[in-house]
Amino acid sequence: MANTLKERPVYRNIHVSQIVAYRLPPAGIVSILHRVSGALMFLLLPFVIWLFDNSLTSEISFDRFSSVFSSGLGFLPGWFVKLVCLGLIWGYLHHFIAGVRHLWMDMTHSVTKEQGHSSAIITLALSALLTVALGAKLFGLF
Amino acid sequence: MSTNFGSKRLVVGAHYGTRDWLSQRVTAVLMALFTVVLLVQVLLPGPMGYYKWAGIFASQWMKVLTFVVIVSLALHAWVGVRDIWMDYVKPAGVRLALQVFSIVWLLGCAGWAVQVIWRL
Repeated sequence: MANTLKERPVYRNIHVSQIVAYRLPPAGIVSILHRVSGALMFLLLPFVIWLFDNSLTSEISFDRFSSVFSSGLGFLPGWFVKLVCLGLIWGYLHHFIAGVRHLWMDMTHSVTKEQGHSSAIITLALSALLTVALGAKLFGLF
Repeated sequence: MSTNFGSKRLVVGAHYGTRDWLSQRVTAVLMALFTVVLLVQVLLPGPMGYYKWAGIFASQWMKVLTFVVIVSLALHAWVGVRDIWMDYVKPAGVRLALQVFSIVWLLGCAGWAVQVIWRL
């Protein structure tokens, strides 16, 4: 007797090792980077508040805040602090622009495949461009 | 409010996360507006230094606005970080521990930031 039970495909959650093999569309890249940038800012929140604290408390602490970018913080050199800040700048810009994209999609129901594709590319390009511009300013290129 | 207990409780459909979804968007709009307000004041003419920077946060309306944004940020980050834990961390004990850590982390940061604006 023939086995009439068909072999059905089984879908399981993706394992971490398989993630690199997945080619994401631009909207998928924007989405995962939205999450990554949010997690980054969450973890660096105490550092941001430390900078905020020193920049406001007094002129002396303001000098300490400024010198962190040249002479470093503890055992971390100044260029590393600048690099971390560049990461935060990118994180903020990407999260901001991707967030505005979400709000725009919610408000105008702009959820076709084409709109999602083009707005994702705009998000990636704009956040990269602004990060490069502000990064050049941060590292004193202009 | 729909019934969430007994035999008439809502067991299907959406709207479980509507409140979180909405609060994340409302807080996002508040933070975005704050960014614009701060940016305008930073870009006003005058050399950037301690006096201009501290002057921005010296007015009471700016302190109140910053306070609202600090609370918004904590709520917004709570919804987002909780989503991350719920998506990737399955063991209930580990997830609970990470969620408790997130709450402590965010409340601690919020308290510190509020202290910064109101001790000046």
